[in-house]
Amino acid sequence: MFDVKYDSGVPIYLQIIHLIRQKIVSGEWAPGSRVPGVRDLAIEFGVNPNTMQKALSELEREGLLYSERTAGRFITENTGIIDAARERLAGQVLAEFIKQMAQMGFTRERTIKLVESAFENHAGLSKREENS
Amino acid sequence: MSSLLEIRNLFKSYDRGPVLKGISLNVESGRIVGVVGPNGCGKTTMFKIIAGLIGDYQGTVLIDGNPPGVKSKEIISFLPEKTYLDEGIKAGTAISMFADFYKDFDRQKALEMLKRFNLEPGMKLKSMSKGMQEKLQLILVMSRAAKLYILDEPLSGIDPAARDNILDIILNNYSENSTVMLSTHLIHDVERIFDDIIMIGNGTLLVAESADALRERTGKSLDQYFREVFRC
Repeated sequence: MFDVKYDSGVPIYLQIIHLIRQKIVSGEWAPGSRVPGVRDLAIEFGVNPNTMQKALSELEREGLLYSERTAGRFITENTGIIDAARERLAGQVLAEFIKQMAQMGFTRERTIKLVESAFENHAGLSKREENS
Repeated sequence: MSSLLEIRNLFKSYDRGPVLKGISLNVESGRIVGVVGPNGCGKTTMFKIIAGLIGDYQGTVLIDGNPPGVKSKEIISFLPEKTYLDEGIKAGTAISMFADFYKDFDRQKALEMLKRFNLEPGMKLKSMSKGMQEKLQLILVMSRAAKLYILDEPLSGIDPAARDNILDIILNNYSENSTVMLSTHLIHDVERIFDDIIMIGNGTLLVAESADALRERTGKSLDQYFREVFRC
């Protein structure tokens, strides 16, 4: 079961779009690979097939997925679209981070210093960064 | 396009007073619709009228264009709140009975589901737990190829672990051409499967809209919104 917070006020189709976007951006759903059927995905996510359909249609509009009339639905092979989606996601994470740091009273300079020292303290994290 | 279910100005009174005070709503095909409201708000009465079990009401009720009657009963599969099966009946016998009675009943599908949910055809109803009984009855109701499934409180008295099973039965069996109307007071456990939500309070319609539209409009989950509306 995926981590959809069914009890939140965020529309479920938006939560599903977000989760699938992350799967594509992380490569868990590889470019060019086939997407399972709507009904199977709906059962996997534990949601209604109409909700799943709505989420998939939205991802098609974004260009992350595309349909072939008979063969089914696929993840785009256009890495430019995937990169753009990745940057948008990163932007959202950063915006939220900056907002929270500001709320705690950290200045921009102090925040950047803290980020740098956090990278130094977490060798694993910075190593992954270099590889990507 | 005409709706699968159309209700206009539905009124119903019992001796103790009015139960439904002018309900109007449409339900489309291919949806899973949650019907919620406090106990005694009129959900069961409305379901019984749609299913053709209560005849003396005022207003208009059309199922696929027909008033409740022989024609509508052919396309409605109804799970009542209280069982009508004899407690001595075996699961297999109940399946045979439904297969004889309803021409749209898929015996094979029923037997497969029985197996999948760990029930034996030889089990008697009275030897089953409440959850097992509820599963059997839901299997019977969902094994018909109906256009409208009406499930009155299919989750009450079922432990949380088995509730997911019940939702699986519903999600696995409803098709694009059919609609499921499901009443519950356990909104939290089922809101993820609803397309649309109907809220009834004290015999009147409070909300009838898409579940995600309500989340977007209120910034709340259906459960949070429900608790707020019906706070005592």
